[in-house]
Amino acid sequence: MRKTTPQEDLLRGIWKENPVLVQLLGLCPTLAVTGSVENALTMGIATFFVLLGSSILVSTFKSVIPKEVRISAYILVIATFVTIADLVLHAVVPDIHKSLGPFVPLIVVNCIILGRQEAFSSKNTVARSTLDALGTGFGFIITMMIMGSVRELLGNGTFLNHPVFGSHFEPWVIMVLPPGGFFTLGFILLAIGWKKEREAETVKPRRWPHGVTTEVGGTV
Amino acid sequence: MSEQKLPMVEAEAASDGASPPPVEVEASSVRLIGTLTLAGALAGIAIVMAFQWANPKIKAHDAEVLRQSVGIVLGSPDHYETVFLDGGRFTATPAADTAGLDRVYVGYDASGKPTGVAIQAAEAGFQDIIDLLFGYDPAKQEVIGMTVLNSNETPGLGAKITSDSSFIKGFDDVATPLLGVKKGQGKGKDDEVVMITGATISSRAVIKIINDRLDAIQKPVDAYWSTIAPKTAASGAATSATSGGSGQ
Repeated sequence: MRKTTPQEDLLRGIWKENPVLVQLLGLCPTLAVTGSVENALTMGIATFFVLLGSSILVSTFKSVIPKEVRISAYILVIATFVTIADLVLHAVVPDIHKSLGPFVPLIVVNCIILGRQEAFSSKNTVARSTLDALGTGFGFIITMMIMGSVRELLGNGTFLNHPVFGSHFEPWVIMVLPPGGFFTLGFILLAIGWKKEREAETVKPRRWPHGVTTEVGGTV
Repeated sequence: MSEQKLPMVEAEAASDGASPPPVEVEASSVRLIGTLTLAGALAGIAIVMAFQWANPKIKAHDAEVLRQSVGIVLGSPDHYETVFLDGGRFTATPAADTAGLDRVYVGYDASGKPTGVAIQAAEAGFQDIIDLLFGYDPAKQEVIGMTVLNSNETPGLGAKITSDSSFIKGFDDVATPLLGVKKGQGKGKDDEVVMITGATISSRAVIKIINDRLDAIQKPVDAYWSTIAPKTAASGAATSATSGGSGQ
């Protein structure tokens, strides 16, 4: 098995293995709190903080955590960071904290975070786990921002509460309602799938290492 | 064609040589319990430290929000006093712990004259609980203002209860109990509040919340008002001088 480079560790989660758009994890907050850019960004940053902190701690103490209680220990670490994030948000941005409702505490059960601890941080060094968490966290923030921007622009005619389209624009209210989340995510996934399909159709013959050559529609 | 394995990227695998493969030895129960106990203790310490940092800021913000809200529904009083429902009557100095006691906020002007009572109320709206604060003038038996503290009503529809200025102004000087009427169907009576078109359920819920709350505590509020109104009329200036800023 080939060792991944630091760049791959960092960039993998942003696009190639984006937690939401490729792995379809963390869909609850993605659908629930992206009615506005402000909420989406705050949720993204909170999740990023929890993911980064948990990955650093889990990779640091992976050798002293017995495998029998590793999941319990990961949940404990994640829940601690989530509680801290919840308290900080409540103290610093109370209005946004109020509008996020229960979804900040629910970061505890976000599959992205526990998944990265079990699949990566518990098996790799602190440096690599940090890079992986940075990439995955940024990937999540980017997705939340895309969702939040589309929904707020169309559903409210604003971006970060600043009017964009003028007074003549009639907001598509459904976009800030739950169905709007499904529509937006569905269209984004559709666009990504269409792009991947186009890329697969236009792929050229490629020379692999060890003298193996592939052609379109051929076998290895 | 002979099979050849392509070099796959296995990001999840430990492969940089820094961490040797773990030895599969079953840990003892003592170690399992000890690990989780230590982790729990450290987590507890971290949470307590975060709480001690955040709690004063959270309380200060809550107090500021309450002060502003009381100002909105009572027409910017000079200061206000929190009174508690203890043993069926309101008092500023309850015998019991105030944590579980119902409370209202009595506003005073600069001369120490009471200007009204701010009352918090919460009940189900269309989507979720609507939490609001309304001003009540016991002397006139009127609602004198309303502001929504928290609601999750439908954006663009029910959420207008927090932003529709004509609806919110409709709660200024309205005789109790309130009566919700649809736009254009009112008869100009003192107890009518015109509801929002397209947000009738949420509008009606706001009116019901206020009426229900008044049903529950209007009598003790009126009784408390009767005790402070003559007193403050007689010694208004003195009360203002000794009360200081906003009470909580």
